[in-house]
Amino acid sequence: MEKVSSAKDRLLKSGQDWLGGEFRGKALVILCAVIMISATIAITIFLGTKGLQSFIKDGISLIEFITSKTWNPTDKANPKYGTLPFIFGSFAVTFLSALVAAPLGIGGAIFMTEISSSWGRKILQPVIELLVGIPSVVYGFIGLSVLVPFIRENIGGLGFSLLSGTIVLSIMILPTVTSIATDAMGSLPGALREGSFALGATRWQTIKKVLIPAAMPSLLTAIVLGMARAFGEALAVQMVIGNVKNLPSSLLDASATLTTIITLNMGHTTYGSVENNTLWSMGLILLVMSFAFILLIRYLSARRKL
Amino acid sequence: MATAMKQRPAETDLIQSKENQQQNMVLHVKNLEIFYGEKRAVNGISMDIEKNSVTALIGPSGCGKSTFLRSINRMNDLIPGARAEGEIIYDDLNILSEQINVVALRKEIGMVFQKPNPFPKSIYDNITHALKFAGIRKKSKLDEIVEESLQKAALWEEVKDRLHKSALSLSGGQQQRLCIARTIAMKPTVMLLDEPSSALDPISNAKVEDLIVELKKDYSIIIVTHNMQQASRISDKTAFFLSGDLIEYDITDTIFTNPSVKKTEEYISGRFG
Repeated sequence: MEKVSSAKDRLLKSGQDWLGGEFRGKALVILCAVIMISATIAITIFLGTKGLQSFIKDGISLIEFITSKTWNPTDKANPKYGTLPFIFGSFAVTFLSALVAAPLGIGGAIFMTEISSSWGRKILQPVIELLVGIPSVVYGFIGLSVLVPFIRENIGGLGFSLLSGTIVLSIMILPTVTSIATDAMGSLPGALREGSFALGATRWQTIKKVLIPAAMPSLLTAIVLGMARAFGEALAVQMVIGNVKNLPSSLLDASATLTTIITLNMGHTTYGSVENNTLWSMGLILLVMSFAFILLIRYLSARRKL
Repeated sequence: MATAMKQRPAETDLIQSKENQQQNMVLHVKNLEIFYGEKRAVNGISMDIEKNSVTALIGPSGCGKSTFLRSINRMNDLIPGARAEGEIIYDDLNILSEQINVVALRKEIGMVFQKPNPFPKSIYDNITHALKFAGIRKKSKLDEIVEESLQKAALWEEVKDRLHKSALSLSGGQQQRLCIARTIAMKPTVMLLDEPSSALDPISNAKVEDLIVELKKDYSIIIVTHNMQQASRISDKTAFFLSGDLIEYDITDTIFTNPSVKKTEEYISGRFG
């Protein structure tokens, strides 16, 4: 006799579903998410506790740390922990390189999406991908052996300078800015272009007055992401910027950034010493800044939804 | 001899009526062929478009009616590989010629698209966008044109208090009327409408239809539509396209009540397409 199953048997939830693939799959992806979140939180907590040591345990004033121009942690009698020159250096190379990379990157993106989409893409796209793939040490090495002597001989100064750091960083963040800007321009609806052309606007008028304003939040995001990358870059900058403790007075002066000071000094300070702790504090500043960049990007993306 | 004499008045009559016709026409299309790469989308059509009237282009999808419409203000130039042969005569000038300044042409032959495409700017800026390129800078003049074109597009009452709000905050029907308003602002001679109300709800659709009938006093309108009732309601002449050919072109009433080609009748009565 044929078995007649009832709807109750077939359709009601049973406890066994939990053991099936659904549950295992769900558990696996939850695990991935938990690992990622806890790693981030752990790093933040670790950096927070280490970075605050210099202020809590070693009694350095936070105000002095951020605003004093003198950095001399090895002076036994009267050590000074002023990181203003490095904070300034970090911000200077970041903003200057964004100033160079933003127009170039957005211009390149407009060329690819609006002017010559076929051959422009064929050449520029691989060039950009290649630029992303070059390791930062190679950028630094090229900067060191080509850019630094060039600036020394043709412009002035030692060659190791804010200018060298800015140029190297500009080239490094250019692909980030360009590729995000290209996506932003490319994802604009074609109807916007048609609408403007149909009213008798020229291509340039359309780009300037319709497309760039429409893509502006995404273009700003592209620039901020580039700046975040510039702010955190250590190796390439360290190789060309000169790493001196003084506040630079011109573009041709050698300088230092938070990241270059950390990488230079991490190796020869004793773990737990005051100098070591101050390096962690600089790391904390970097972390706070990267949070600030993320918040800025979130704010800009939220504005995109008109 | 006698027969020749008799013929002469008739001939002059013919010429005269032809001249009259010429004056009432805004566009003369002659053997227009349009290609996308190797593919021919429009197969040598010839038709005259009347001034201050509504001409409807109907036919199943892919019949070439939109392609034809887009060739009139050279929007097909934006499509790589698209080219047109034959002539479209506008004001004694072949607008398909290489020497045509398409930017200037599009100011005289405006276009409204199927999907409302306002710029992500304020209502006011949507209208002044192209006016500024045309060299109109004076605030009072711009204000005047904005009000005038919104009035004509029957949108003024609805938006006069929020001219500086984003155009994207408008409903779909309002957005489409804004797109019509910004085309009107350019004071074109011909307006090309590519299924302007197919993406709209019935009430907005009715408003757009009323508007089109109103607008033909000042403009010559060519409208592509999939909606038979719409074509019969608002157009003076109707052209039926099929597979890139112009099958029949006549007064709308004739097309819908007594078409001379069987295909037209079949399409209109919904037997295919």
